[in-house]
Amino acid sequence: MDAEITLHVDGHEHTLTVDTRTTLLDALRDRLGNTSPKKGCDHGQCGACTVLVEGRRINSCLALAVAHDGDTLTTAAGLADASDLHPMQQAFLDQDGFQCGYCTPGQICSAVGMLQEANAGHPSAVSPPDVLADGPTGSPLDDDEIRERMSGNLCRCGAYVNIVAAIRQAQSGTGTTGAAATGAATTETATTGTAS
Amino acid sequence: MKPFSYERATDPAAAVALAATPGTRYLAGGTNLVDHLKLGIESPDRLVDITHLPLDGIEELPDGGLRLGAMVRNSDLAAHPQVRRRYPVLSQALLSGASGQLRNAATTGGNLLQRTRCVYFQDVTTPCNKREPGTGCSALEGYTRYHAILGASDECVAVNPSDMSVALAALDARVVVLGTDGERGIDLTGFHRLPGDEPDRDTVLTPGELITAVDLPALPTGARSAYRKVRDRASYAFALVSVAAVIELEDDGGSGTAGAPPTFATVRLALGGVAHKPWRATRAEEALRGAAATEENIRAALEAELEQATPLRDNAFKIPMACNTATSVLLELATGTGTLHGSPGNPGTPGQAGEAGQPETREQP
Repeated sequence: MDAEITLHVDGHEHTLTVDTRTTLLDALRDRLGNTSPKKGCDHGQCGACTVLVEGRRINSCLALAVAHDGDTLTTAAGLADASDLHPMQQAFLDQDGFQCGYCTPGQICSAVGMLQEANAGHPSAVSPPDVLADGPTGSPLDDDEIRERMSGNLCRCGAYVNIVAAIRQAQSGTGTTGAAATGAATTETATTGTAS
Repeated sequence: MKPFSYERATDPAAAVALAATPGTRYLAGGTNLVDHLKLGIESPDRLVDITHLPLDGIEELPDGGLRLGAMVRNSDLAAHPQVRRRYPVLSQALLSGASGQLRNAATTGGNLLQRTRCVYFQDVTTPCNKREPGTGCSALEGYTRYHAILGASDECVAVNPSDMSVALAALDARVVVLGTDGERGIDLTGFHRLPGDEPDRDTVLTPGELITAVDLPALPTGARSAYRKVRDRASYAFALVSVAAVIELEDDGGSGTAGAPPTFATVRLALGGVAHKPWRATRAEEALRGAAATEENIRAALEAELEQATPLRDNAFKIPMACNTATSVLLELATGTGTLHGSPGNPGTPGQAGEAGQPETREQP
């Protein structure tokens, strides 16, 4: 059964008719030609399909396109300004944060969303007890925090060490572009919704 | 995937009315249901999207408890200041489950209804009484590392996969549901079922009922709580065993005779990864009421609890694992030692039912 939906993807509005069974990932790749999000496991286990929806990272393979009618999405292809790479993208290049690159767009979207969550004070399972209880400290995430918060993104080449280094670089804003990653997120990704 | 129609519900009563038609499923975060559509486990005629219902708030209850809207995302629930301060066991349980992406999509109500990850249930080419009643249980003669040691039946040995539900069981939460006959409350401990001869029924919900909220009762001042999960990798895996504990100590706890262990006033203990539902360890709770919080007493209480266990070929290890994990959590909560010992700099806000200086836990890889 078909439904007409509108998606705002990487700054562009698209109105399309989709079968209700279409996932957000398939709509992006097969209908809109945005092959930045990748289909890895297609079951929410690998994170290669990660995109930002209303500023929050989700697995687009487990989302129905019809359920996101009207939503604003950012894929890794839409993170960059016209001329400069997003600091997270630059950091992955600087730190050699990939080998085959298949998981990379998902890793980058996830990392951008993850740093926004951290800046909003979201704890993780490895947050120290006082942080877990009381909120953000403003201090940068250590490697344990980065690993835990990125555990939903698998890299079968095993580039994890450099992925962590890239996220550390983007977090500190010491990349070759000089821009602070967390402050330079695109406007589409700047709003972190909260339900509480 | 079978074709289905899709509708967005705008208010709870309208959603319930739509769902009265057989073949309808509610769609929330979709992290489990959409997967089941792909796997062929679910084949509804219609999906009613409930994510736009006004059920995404967290409110104070008049009795000092907290009402969690059914559509609050798991990540927001885990990060909510009142949940972190007053119910750390719940925040920790949520954060130890799934991934950041999944927690951003998954909802409170959906988490309660997530289904077992038994590999045979998820593989439609194998017999499974939960998926297709009467076809048999493939796990009984299969690989059972991840299966139940408590409360299983000859029909089904699957476990409930939720971390959140284990914490809610220890907190004596109450599930608020709306049906065509109106609203009712269901104690969390009675919400999920043991498999018996109806393993296809995970919960006591009747068809078409909608979860609208989960109510957390106020915890007594001084109560301490924590969650610990043991799994095959450090993150992003389902529990082999998990433990949710909420304890109160007698007033002299910690301030009595130097060196004497504190005394448990009450213990609420729930085990995850061991049964078809969050397993409230009532035998252990009873044994520990009024008991000194010594390792010997706690271990004996857990051993009494786990005497009921009937392990399968591959999962007898869960008995000592559950015993050891629960013992360490209770001991550390009671004595404020070990990795559960948190910073004392957590005064909370005046007048709240929080617990100043409450120990917290952190993930144990």
